[in-house]
Amino acid sequence: MRVDAYLMSAVDGIAYGLLLAIAAAGLTVSFGAGGVLNLAHGTLIALGGYVAAAISTGTWASLAAAVALATVAGAAGGGVLAAATARLRGRRGHLDQALLTLGIALIGADLLTIAFGPDVLRPQLPTALDGTATVAGHRYPVDRLAVLGIAVLIAAAGYVVLHHTRAGRLVWATVDDRAMVAGIGVNPAVVDATVLVAAGALAGVAGALTTPILGVGPGTAETTLLLSLVIVVCGGLGSVPGAVIAAVGVGVVQTVGVIAVPALAPYLLIAAMAVVLLARVSPLQGEVGS
Amino acid sequence: MSIVRVDADDRVPSRRASGDLDRAHSGGLVATGLRHAYQRLTVLDLDSFTVAPGDRHAIIGPNGAGKSTLLNILAGTTRTRTGTITYNGTVITRRGAGWRGRAGIGRTFQHPAVYPDLTVLDGVRIGGWHHRRHPERTPLELLELVGLTDYADYPAAALSHGHRRMLDLAVALAGQPRVLLLDEPAAGLTDTETGRLLQVLTGLPGWMAIVLVEHHMDVVAAVADWITVLHQGRRHTDGPADTVRADPAVAALYLGHGGDDAARR
Amino acid sequence: MSAFTHARTSDRIRLLLRRVLPWSAPVLAALGIAAVVAWPDTYLHATAARMFPLALLAVSVCVVTGHAGLPTLGQVAPYAAGAYTTAHLALHGVADAALHLLAAAAAGAMVAALVGVVLARYRGTVVLMLSLAVAELTTITASQWRTVSGGTDGLAGIPAPRLLPGLPPLLDDRAVLLYAAAVAATATAVAMRLLGGNRQLLLSAVRGNEARAAASGHRVTTYLWVVHAGAGAVAGIGGALLIHTHRWITPADVGFTSAALALLAVVIGGTASLPGAVVGAVMVLGVRDVVAVDLPGHAPLLLGALFVAAVYLLPGGLTALPARLRRSLRVLRPPANGPDTTAPHMSRRTS
Repeated sequence: MRVDAYLMSAVDGIAYGLLLAIAAAGLTVSFGAGGVLNLAHGTLIALGGYVAAAISTGTWASLAAAVALATVAGAAGGGVLAAATARLRGRRGHLDQALLTLGIALIGADLLTIAFGPDVLRPQLPTALDGTATVAGHRYPVDRLAVLGIAVLIAAAGYVVLHHTRAGRLVWATVDDRAMVAGIGVNPAVVDATVLVAAGALAGVAGALTTPILGVGPGTAETTLLLSLVIVVCGGLGSVPGAVIAAVGVGVVQTVGVIAVPALAPYLLIAAMAVVLLARVSPLQGEVGS
Repeated sequence: MSIVRVDADDRVPSRRASGDLDRAHSGGLVATGLRHAYQRLTVLDLDSFTVAPGDRHAIIGPNGAGKSTLLNILAGTTRTRTGTITYNGTVITRRGAGWRGRAGIGRTFQHPAVYPDLTVLDGVRIGGWHHRRHPERTPLELLELVGLTDYADYPAAALSHGHRRMLDLAVALAGQPRVLLLDEPAAGLTDTETGRLLQVLTGLPGWMAIVLVEHHMDVVAAVADWITVLHQGRRHTDGPADTVRADPAVAALYLGHGGDDAARR
Repeated sequence: MSAFTHARTSDRIRLLLRRVLPWSAPVLAALGIAAVVAWPDTYLHATAARMFPLALLAVSVCVVTGHAGLPTLGQVAPYAAGAYTTAHLALHGVADAALHLLAAAAAGAMVAALVGVVLARYRGTVVLMLSLAVAELTTITASQWRTVSGGTDGLAGIPAPRLLPGLPPLLDDRAVLLYAAAVAATATAVAMRLLGGNRQLLLSAVRGNEARAAASGHRVTTYLWVVHAGAGAVAGIGGALLIHTHRWITPADVGFTSAALALLAVVIGGTASLPGAVVGAVMVLGVRDVVAVDLPGHAPLLLGALFVAAVYLLPGGLTALPARLRRSLRVLRPPANGPDTTAPHMSRRTS
């Protein structure tokens, strides 16, 4: 029974990790491409979660509407961030952008609490998703499996977009060499803004899909921001495959660790990050050779 | 101090006399097996490179030949994963730019590096920080040498491009280097400024080892006694300055790849 | 001819201003504190005294952000270390204020030295990102390490310190205010002194062009690490003041909000000015305390709005305000013989 509990939370962890990966992919690309450190990222995830929890009333139609609206809300939030940060360039630009997103995050968190109250909300799911399913002799909640499946789908779709479309290649090119992208007649600022909007949409959908697992409350923004940053750093700043691997690790540590060693779970993550930072062979972006 | 002797077979061997290697091991730089790649593109692939005290070693080649990369690797700004670099007989491959700077490997930058908020004089003082008690030449003397005395109290950000180059050189000299790495010191200078630069470079002490990356062939002709031509990260030609400059293959290389750069000057 | 003499007069005024301006901040601050002390309302004394811990935290953040060039939210870690060290010294019968301050400074410096091993290797927004993790870790530790922090309820009933062994405990609000102001002023003055002269030159060089400084043989990362650890000592003293002025502590006091508040104070004050950070902290806390009466529980909203406003309206902070005003005045009133401030002949020595 105890092993079952771990196994179940491990599946939760992988699902949660994949969702975080979807969200962190946007964060890591916007950091790699435009140097924008988006500290309002967790707020966008929470926004998606709240929208989903508020709209989903237990019918399939409302569930679909909830996920769609959460995505739109996230994208709109990303658009606000893009518009707000676009004007801040120059020598201190990146720091000002980060501080601005920090301010927006603080405002957003407070507004969300005003709008949705201080309690942890969970969406009402259709009854078909509320039961359990037996896979290979173990019983899993259906909603977790569904979330896992959708997360895999989105991750796969994201991979295809990033690697096999012109837009995706343009994003990579901006990560690699901004001047070169400007040279082929594309405004890198437009790429930055698009990436921020897309990252917002991903954060929104990730937030909506996370709520059945963890719920959404006043602490969600801060926790998910921290987790996303750990993922981005461990994954190697600006690398999507690295972020996905790191995210699954973080998801598992977060869900299994919370059950097994509740007091130490946060330290496990930060310790992992510190080890990754100190033991890296190749320098990260922003690091200096000593 | 462990003395390391390195001899490597070059695909295009350096035609340096074997005595030069001994000289380079006492007071100069010896590098072997330098490979550097950016993603899958090989930027530098050099089996050996030596510079001995008193050498005036120019490195020329079309754009993207790996000249700046070589300089950055020697200065410690870029780290190599492969190869060995020795300085004065000691392995320094894993030493950082700061250590090498203190040990006596000085450099200038392709984009002249100045401290924008500091005055010109303070910048030179920072450059000679580790010799501030017993400087060979005081910061003001160095400013006079490069012709920036009148600008001593100006913030470096206010200087023109040419003056920044001279300041970069003065800062490098303030560190009292035994090996001086110059990254395109004449790029963007006016004729008068180039004249001044040549005056400074030819007046440097005879024991100093100088590596000069330069497109400007007049400067190379006036300063260098030995030229290495790099092409696509590899040694293309190597020899005494006069021989290499007369080599038609080198001229063809320049005309074929990024030749406009050389032709314009 | 008349233009010439006019220019010389304005030069003289400028010279006079340059001599007088550095003293204006401390003099104004002293006058402000004197006015508050003279005011008969003890509530005001207590409120004012409670601003100084965060002001010192802001000074510490300012040292790291403005002088070392590492934007940080992580100085709450040494702040918390100083605070809990002081609290436990006081709870275990050590009442000597000087001892508290020394121990808190040492604890803060040690924690910052540890954190700095990682942070000083990075630059720019990556530092901000990593320091956010440090701030979170501080909050988590403070709420989970119950034997030290008393859990989320915190530690209450911490005995007041004594300035000297024979003296009565420091309980009177007016005395606490004077004590906190004196400690904060001294710590800030010492920090400014330590960051002056050659050290200022070196740090300015490192911020201006790190590659050049390294090529000249400077141990850039070590410099920054030392500054980070030293700033930790300042934050530790701030933590001791937190205990001395509040005499209770909860994990929320050393949480993310405090970190963000201190960073905001630094942004408002102008990233490299330590007195500016103090002024910024007093302004932010003042606004918060005034608005908190009308909008209880919405401190984050206000803080966020202030962040947005500071970034848009105050680029460079308060210290850059005079220069910006002068420039906009010049736009309105074009100069007769007009080379602008960037021309070399102005000879701005940065010192």
